[in-house]
Amino acid sequence: MLKYESIDELVRAAETRGVRISELVLADQAEAMEVTEMELYEKMEIDFSVMVSAVEAGQKKNQKSMSGLTGGEGYKMKKYAEQRDGGLCGPFMARAISRALAVAGCNASMGRIVAAPTAGSCGILPGCLVSLWEDQGFNQKDIVMSMFTAGAFGMVIAKRASISGAQGGCQAECGSASAMAAAALVELMGGTPRQCADACAIAIANQLGLVCDPVAGLVEIPCIKRNVSGLVIAFSSADLALAGIEAKIPADECLDAMRSVGDALPGALKETAKGGLADTPTGQRLQKQVFGEKK
Amino acid sequence: MNVFDIIGPVMIGPSSSHTAGAVRLGRVVNKLIDRRTLKRVEITLSGSFAQTYKGHGTDRALLAGIMGYHSYSPEIRDALAIAKDRGIEYTFIKEDIKGAHPNTARIRYFLEDGGEGSMQGASVGGGNILVNQIDGMNVNFNGENNTILVTHQDKPGVIAAVTQLMHWEYADLNISNFHLSRQSKGGEAIMTIEIDGQPPENLIPAIRKIQYVSNAILIRRI
Repeated sequence: MLKYESIDELVRAAETRGVRISELVLADQAEAMEVTEMELYEKMEIDFSVMVSAVEAGQKKNQKSMSGLTGGEGYKMKKYAEQRDGGLCGPFMARAISRALAVAGCNASMGRIVAAPTAGSCGILPGCLVSLWEDQGFNQKDIVMSMFTAGAFGMVIAKRASISGAQGGCQAECGSASAMAAAALVELMGGTPRQCADACAIAIANQLGLVCDPVAGLVEIPCIKRNVSGLVIAFSSADLALAGIEAKIPADECLDAMRSVGDALPGALKETAKGGLADTPTGQRLQKQVFGEKK
Repeated sequence: MNVFDIIGPVMIGPSSSHTAGAVRLGRVVNKLIDRRTLKRVEITLSGSFAQTYKGHGTDRALLAGIMGYHSYSPEIRDALAIAKDRGIEYTFIKEDIKGAHPNTARIRYFLEDGGEGSMQGASVGGGNILVNQIDGMNVNFNGENNTILVTHQDKPGVIAAVTQLMHWEYADLNISNFHLSRQSKGGEAIMTIEIDGQPPENLIPAIRKIQYVSNAILIRRI
């Protein structure tokens, strides 16, 4: 049985057995949870279908958050991608961005999402995976399998660092989601287990220190747009790793660094809505707009 | 921890602590009501729940849970309207409950048959909850196991009678957690008994028959 205490453990075990990390993890989790691999696969397939529906729900024109502070971002970006031939990022990336916005917006409007690993960072993994499935013709089985790889990386991150904004800042939420997605993307593109670890390390390194500073304490500003940067970093980190560019600092050490950075962050920057963007004049004004004077 | 703790749960947004956890707190009350007809609820929100409940839909989430919906039910969004349709009156009160966890709710419920009760609990992060009080008495459980609440008179031998019944009648039954609290010596007391696995069908009626026991309720895994 795997301990999920280090990324290196996952890579070595997959290399020794000559399997993908997803196959290794599916077999291990089936054993640990005392169910068949098929049952686990089907459970993950349901999660994927929820992600697909969340993309659809969040791309609707009238999507609006509960507070009224945000809404319609997924729709606007989708239209822009269609009308401007993908704009600067190109059609594939622009559409992927619109999906990440859509799922994060779906969450803010009390729609149904899969926490991956959290509700605040729920747009990153579906933004990546649904895009490969819808726009690049990847088959659903491979996509669903890659979610076991993402989940395994997430388990190590949760154990070794954190996946909670209140504990580790946004690096622990969007940073973790991005690293998990990067590993899944590398596997889908046929990369090696070591390259999955490299992509994870690069994504973590690129978001180290990101603070959790939600305006009015709501999962909207800047959370929804941070799902976009998390997604873009997931794609770029995966491409770097696939190009053979190694992470100079190994993934496990990046995670340890993330933990110490998280510990060093003051409480005002860990989901308390007391620092960062939440504490700007506009952030304060928006808070009053939603909740009134007293807070 | 398993892979679905990371990829999952499937939930209605926007917040695992302020929305999903709130639904689960409401579900505890749903189990306490146990299919009787609910007339009115009075929900007190404390700390961060009181400050931000509107933006997180905490009010809708609590009501949805009270009505039996799950943290993944799309009905949560429309819970206020659904409650109205069902003729359930609700009020929300903002009050600082002293010494309570920042995300605490106290729910008082009033039934059509004249019965009433209350529950106080906190959403402690990631959708997890901790129930602190039932009917004003201290309890301590998180709803992850099947939990049996036994209210009784504080007399010697009542705990032994309950646990002996559990052991002699159902040898496979294992208690994973036990907590007792009482209002005063010889007064009303409550046992919180968490068990592994499923409770046998006749266990609860059998516990109710024990001398000095006034009631036993099963709160199935939330």
